[in-house]
Formats: sequence, structure tokens, C-alpha cells
Amino acid sequence: MSRPRAIEKNLDHLVSIAERSLQRLRELGVDHAEVAVGTGRELEVTVRQGEVELVKEAGSSGLGVRVVHDGRVATSSTTDFRPEALDGFLARVVEMADVSEPDELAAPPEPRELVTTWPELELFDPATDRIRAARAIKLATAGERAALRADPRITTSEGASFGRSSGCSVLATSGGFVGRNAGTYQSLVVQAVADDEGGKKRKGFYWSGGRFFEELEGAAEVGREAASRAVAQLGARKIPTGRYPVVFEKNAARAIVGLVASCVMGDAVYRHRSYLEGRLGDTIASSAVTLIDDPLIPRGPGSRPFDGEGRKVGKIRVVGKGVLRSYLLDTYSARKLGLRPTGSASGGGGVPHSSTSNFYLAPGRVGPEGLLRGVKRGLFVTRMMGFGFDPTTGNFSRGAEGFLIEDGELTQPVGEITVSRNLDELLKGIDKVANDLEHKTSIASPSFRVDEMTIAGS
Amino acid sequence: MARKAKRSGPSPKAAAGRPRSTKKAAPEGARRIRGEAPFVSGAQAIDATLAQRVLDKALERGGHFADLYFEYRRSASLSMEDGKVRTAGGGIDMGMGVRVVVGSAVGYAYAESLEPEEMMRAAETASQIAKAGAAVAPVAIRSRRVKSVYPVLDEVVDVEGLARVELLRRADRAARAHDRKIKRVDASLVAVHKEILVVTSDGVMVHDLRPMVRISVSAVARRGKRTEVGSSGGGGRLGLGYFESVTPEAHGQEAARVALLNLDSRPAPAGTMPVVLGPGDSGILLHEAVGHGLEADFNRKRTSNYTDCIGKPVASPLVTVVDDPYIVGSRGSLNVDDEGVVPKEHRLIVDGKLRAYMHDRISAEYFHLRPSGSGRRESFRHVTMPRMTNTLMLAGHDDPQDIIRSVERGVYAVKYSGGQVNISNGDFVFSLTEGYLIEDGKLTAPLKGANLIGNGPEALRTVSMVGHDFQLSDGMWTCGKDGQSVPVGVGMPTVKLDQLTVGGTAV
Repeated sequence: MSRPRAIEKNLDHLVSIAERSLQRLRELGVDHAEVAVGTGRELEVTVRQGEVELVKEAGSSGLGVRVVHDGRVATSSTTDFRPEALDGFLARVVEMADVSEPDELAAPPEPRELVTTWPELELFDPATDRIRAARAIKLATAGERAALRADPRITTSEGASFGRSSGCSVLATSGGFVGRNAGTYQSLVVQAVADDEGGKKRKGFYWSGGRFFEELEGAAEVGREAASRAVAQLGARKIPTGRYPVVFEKNAARAIVGLVASCVMGDAVYRHRSYLEGRLGDTIASSAVTLIDDPLIPRGPGSRPFDGEGRKVGKIRVVGKGVLRSYLLDTYSARKLGLRPTGSASGGGGVPHSSTSNFYLAPGRVGPEGLLRGVKRGLFVTRMMGFGFDPTTGNFSRGAEGFLIEDGELTQPVGEITVSRNLDELLKGIDKVANDLEHKTSIASPSFRVDEMTIAGS
Repeated sequence: MARKAKRSGPSPKAAAGRPRSTKKAAPEGARRIRGEAPFVSGAQAIDATLAQRVLDKALERGGHFADLYFEYRRSASLSMEDGKVRTAGGGIDMGMGVRVVVGSAVGYAYAESLEPEEMMRAAETASQIAKAGAAVAPVAIRSRRVKSVYPVLDEVVDVEGLARVELLRRADRAARAHDRKIKRVDASLVAVHKEILVVTSDGVMVHDLRPMVRISVSAVARRGKRTEVGSSGGGGRLGLGYFESVTPEAHGQEAARVALLNLDSRPAPAGTMPVVLGPGDSGILLHEAVGHGLEADFNRKRTSNYTDCIGKPVASPLVTVVDDPYIVGSRGSLNVDDEGVVPKEHRLIVDGKLRAYMHDRISAEYFHLRPSGSGRRESFRHVTMPRMTNTLMLAGHDDPQDIIRSVERGVYAVKYSGGQVNISNGDFVFSLTEGYLIEDGKLTAPLKGANLIGNGPEALRTVSMVGHDFQLSDGMWTCGKDGQSVPVGVGMPTVKLDQLTVGGTAV
């Protein structure tokens, strides 16, 4: 699928700005530079109680640059693309580099390490930019109406929103790399509210989003799902403090997978901010756990054809059957650790750093309901809140809500409790992984079960 | 969706000395700072005539209110890794936003330029919300001056200026010198001058220059196989003058102290128990447990657990909570809000009774009140909504030592990495990064990080003692709501909650 002519023309224009900027930086005598130029368009509408609350529409643009001069690094960005303004801006960035101290590892990849071709990943939907405010309002209205009508216990809504965005970006480096990329995204969100006893309200939140408009779930489905989630939490209460087996439903599960991701980043590892430092080749999880980073999934939310330094990208097995196989490394963190870069840089035009693309726990074979089988008394977690994670030690403790599991069935709704366990032990305690993985978010997970966690409640 | 407040980078509060008093500014003493934004002076200056033209365009198709928000943001940042300044950064961001209000509906657009054609295009886009109808009659624009509670700044924000003072090196050295077990130190320093100009269709034109400085230091300690991190940081609406009251060395030593303390921490308990909140940073509890729920947009929409609670008891009678925009140099302070309204101190809860919500123009109109100056936004790319400034619990009469002594078994909570609240049911969490077990009225072991969870009104009803030791948290808090981040301040005295759930692992 090819991109519209107007998009290619815009990319041509961005390439010319980037190349002119690199030329200017060469004239200023810098050793290395990366320039990222982008433009974006967005529309966002919110509807509440059938009335329009917000219509926001705008276009934006930006140019970011990193220069490396005698090993000294400076970064800056601007939205002013007028040639004389850009010249002054670039001269200033070069000047700023004098403030940093020389770092021999700061140089970009060697030119031979840069790619000249890359795969087409279907990241741009030409239909996205054509969605006008009126249509967006219709979709949001339909989503909200479905939520309000779905159940008599739904008392109000916090509104429904539809947003779309599209962006074009170019990364050009002094090593000769010129990368072009364009992408789109749209989403519909509905938030329904049900009233509980004691003045508490229960909010159900559901969304559908994707790079292609045609892949979104219907507005009515999104609304009904939001309503059913609000109603399901009515009467939620604490359960007694103790140790319970815990099933993480896929939305909560991906938060745990995200914590693991933060600990396999090269930056975190060399800064001693990861409990997985020095553990390549070790068993760090149960054999049910295989973690993948795959930038090449067509239409994937985290897909990228090349990385933020112009390197080739590919599928990485980070954890295979419980064994830690690889970190995710940009050039700098790889050099720091004495390892080979994995093409995992993002942040081109600033300081490149390691990042995930589509990072996920590989699915198992059982259906999600199979995770409940055999659980006599446990907790089914649907949502977590708070920041309680220390990557250096792996200590994990977060607020949670969900349902009690009794004899393999979901019974009463549960809220206002915490779930805790060190992540190292938690990953080793994963005894079953379900088959319900979907690449709806760039960090994704199927539902899974952990043999035991500490619940703090009543 | 949940609202969060988070430490920017590492965490807060220097061990040594309070950085600022919470005294009100003496406004008459405040000198006017002349900004450098092109919309203030020079060829691209925005005068009343030009602003009126853009506002007229915005209201062309109808609407009862419109405003323009101009922003010029100059920033400079340095990051030091392991003893070396790794990156110098910063730059200028500039643009303007146009908002058209019809009832409670908002049309919004922005331009990243001051070119008149681009501003008119943004006005045209924002005006689409109005489908023909009466517009307000134009009101003559009058420039208004506001008194400044931010310290006067003569300094220019640039990386050379930040580097010259070697603040990061001083912090780094102090952390390393603290103990041989400190294996690595990272630090960063950011300074920002943000200038804004708000022009409204009801005739207000007001300018403000908002400084901000922030330092973060983190230290890694290692003993045998155990590695722990400690952090410290601070700052506020000030320039580098901040470091006259809190030195970078103090932040370096504090980061090292916490890292070493954590080497000896043991698992936190799990279960419901008495919790004593230390002074200062524990204000994060107020921000989450009551603050967000009192932002009037949620109450207008009837989605907050505090909806229809004005006049009702929502906390113990010992609890009085205010949102105070006028604390000199504090991170959340504002001379004027982002809708051009001069804010006032809001008494939100007085002696346990709910008095008021925090309003922006839209919610104030809905409730037939005057806007309280709580309309804030992240930048010209965002719409305003009701937000907190500095949210504080006022001091009580108890001796903090007596409060700790009163607990047989519980937790003393000191530092946090962040908090979050579910507005609808009132459940909130906050994540402990420094805490101690209380046994028989004494602090015993330091505890590993854990989440504390409670329900806003239920937790505040269990407040049984309030200390006389009010303290402001040193400024590191950033509050997130609907994807927008704004700096905020918090503060409180030592407080005892009879019951709160502690989410440790030790059963």
C-alpha cells in the first residue's frame, strides 16, 4: 500500500529542510549531527450528554537536532523553519555543545551500519485525515448513546472522545542516512458512570484504536463495553489481607510486561537502574514466559521501519522460555555495556535512547477462562493504579481492582486493595499464559496467572 | 480516567533547611520583569487592535466568549551522568492558541507562529464550534497589571549560565563523598522562563513571566549483591537564587543518604493499620485524596465522588485544606491563571466541611459563580481546565513526636514517588519511597517501597491528630490530567490516619 502523493511531497519537502540543515552544520564544522523534521495534524472531539464539549483541530511541525563536536553533545528543537531563523538556531546549538564534556562513546553509528532500504509496514491510512469534525462527533455521540442505553444503572457519562492524528517524519544524519516515515492513528474512547452506595461512582472505561480507521470496533460496541465495565464494579469492596493466586487480565497484564520492558533497556542497565543487570543467559522467569520485541508487525502500533539512529531493525527474542537472551540497545548503551546494538534506538533528533517497538509476551494455548480453572480462591485483576515499582530492586506494589475468584468462577467485585511481589519472583511464578494477545497497544500481553502474590486489603 | 501526580525525575526535599517560608509575597516590593517575548515588544508585538481583530474573527460565527493565549518558553537544561556533563539542551518554543466558547462547548486551535495570517486561520478553525448565532458585543481591551509573587529574575536562561555555576558537579561530588558505597551519581538541572499573554473578549489583556528551576540528583549505593537508589531534588518558581537557600550539596547528600538507608530496608507490612504521614511531601495525599475530586469540571459532569457535597462533612473536623496560589517561589504559584483571571486562595475544606470547588471560567458559569482563577493548561497547544496550584493542609496543635508515640504498630511515611486517584470512586494510591515501621511508639526499621491505598473521604475521616509542624514540599511535583502536565506544590503538617491500607509484602 503506497502513501498519497501529497504525503510524499511533504516528505520531500522535509528531506530538503533536513539536508539543508545538515549542510549548514557541516559548514559550521561539526563532526556528527542528526536532524529529525516532522509535521503533524490532529483532530479531537469530545461529546458529553449528547452535546459537543470540545472540537480541537491543529497542525504542528518541529525540527530537532543533536550535534556531536569533539565528543561534546548538544540538542535543541524549533518550530520556526524560515531559513534565516534555522541558520541562527543551528549556530546556537553548535555553540551549546561547548558546555558539555567530551564523551568518546557519543558518536553515531558508522556509515556502513546504516540502512538504505526498509520494509513497507502499512502505517499510514489515507482515510484518517479525511475524517472531519462532523463525522468524529457522530462517532463519539453514537458511542456515548450506546453506553447510556446499555444498562439502567448507568447514570451519566464522563463523555466520549474521538481523536485522529497523522504525522510525517524524516531523519537525516551526517553519516548519510535519510529515512522517511509517515503514520496515522485514531481512537474512540467512552467513559460511562454508574452510581454505587455511599456516594461512590463506578466508572467504566473502554477504547478502540488503531492505525487504520477500518480496524476500529463499532462505536456502539465501545459504548456498551464501557457501560458493562462500570456496572461490573458496583459493590466492589476489599478482601482480607493475605496471599492469593492472581490472574492478570490482559489490560492489567500489559502493565507488568511494561515493567519488564523498562528493565531490559540498555540505558537502565548501564545506569544500574535494572535488577536484570548482569543476568544475560540467566533464567529470569518461568518457562511459560517468552518476550518479543518486533518492530516489523504490519500496522502495529509500535512498528518502525528503521530505528532512531538509522539502523536496521528486526524481531528480537528478549526472553526465551524464561531465559534472558537480549537487552534492547541503542548505540551508546551498547558501547557502554560492550554489547552489539540491537537497532532499538528512538529519539532521533534528540539524545538517542533505547526503547521498545511492539513489545509483548508471547501467547500460550489456553483461553483466558482456562486461567481460572483450578483456582479455589484468588484474585482476577482488571486494572491497576499508582507507580509502585523500583526497577533497581524489582520491588513491585500497586493499587488494583478486579474480582474475587472462587472455585474457578468470578464472584464479587473487588477494589481498594494492593497487589505486591518482587518482579523477579513474580515472573518466575507465572504458571499459565492465555491465548488472548492483541496488538492494540505497543506494549501488549495476553492474560496470565501468577501462583501467589500478597494482597493488602481489610 | 485516573489522574496522577508524579515526581519529575527523582524525588524531593533537601535534608537541610527549609528552602522557603510560606509567607505571602509583599507585592508592592515586587519589581516588574520585562520579558523578551516577541509578542510583548518589537515588530511582532500584539497590541489591542491586532488582538481585537483575531478575537472578532474567532467570534464571527457566534459564541459568548473567546480568548487568545500567547506563549514564549525559553528553556535550558544540563544532564550529568557519572560525573560528566553528557548533554546540553534547551531552546525556544512559541505559539498562540485561540478558544471560542459556546455554552460549555469549546472550539480550539493553535498556531506555532505570530504571523497574522496564521493567527487568523487558527481563529477561523476555532470558530467552527459555533453554528451561527449571536456573539458577544466587543468590549474594549484594557491592559491589566498583576502583582508578582515570583522572585525577580535578572538572569538569562541559557546553558552557559547553568554550566558556569557548576551546580551539578557540586551535587555529584557531595553524593560521592558521602560514602564509599555510592557507586554512581546522575543529576540534571533545568531552568525555564515562560512568558504568557492572555487577551479575552471581555476586555482583559494580561502578561505574566513565570520562572522555574529544578534540580534532580540520584545516587546508586551497592553493598555486596544489593543495589539501591536514592534520590533528591527541588526547585520552584525561582531562578538560580533557589540554590542560595538549598545547596546542590544538600541534594547530593540527601540522595546518598536515602540510597544507603535503602540498603538496610526490609519488606513493608501488608494490611490496614495506622499511618503517620510526615510533614511536607505527604501533601501528595491531599492532592490525590481530595484535590482532584474538587476540580469543578468533574462536579459539573457529576462524575466525582464529591459531587453535591458542598456544605457536607467530608473529613475529620481537624482537617482544613486550602489551594493557595500565592506561596512565594513555590512550583504551583500563579500571579494570574491561563484564562487571565487573578486567582485567590481557595478554602476547599474548613474544619472537615466541604466549602468550595476549584473553578475555571466554564465551570464557574455553570455553577453561577465567579471563576476562582484555577484555569490552567500545559501550553498553547492545550485547552484550559480546572487545576490545583499549591494544595495544603493547615497546621494543627499536636506535637509531631506525640503523634508517632501514639502508634503501637504502624507505618511512618516520609517520601513518595507519586500518587494517583480514581475520581469517580475516590480511591487513591501513593507510592512510598522512604518509610519506617513504627513499633511501640518508636521508629524502628526502614521499609522497602510500597503502595498505600485508601478512599478519599473515608481516609480523611480517620485523621485523629494534626501536627503544628506545617511544611511545604520542595518543588518537584508535576500533575497529570487528561494528558496535560502542570507544575504543582503540596504541603502539610505531620498527620495521623487511624486506618490506611499499606501494600507491602510481609503478611
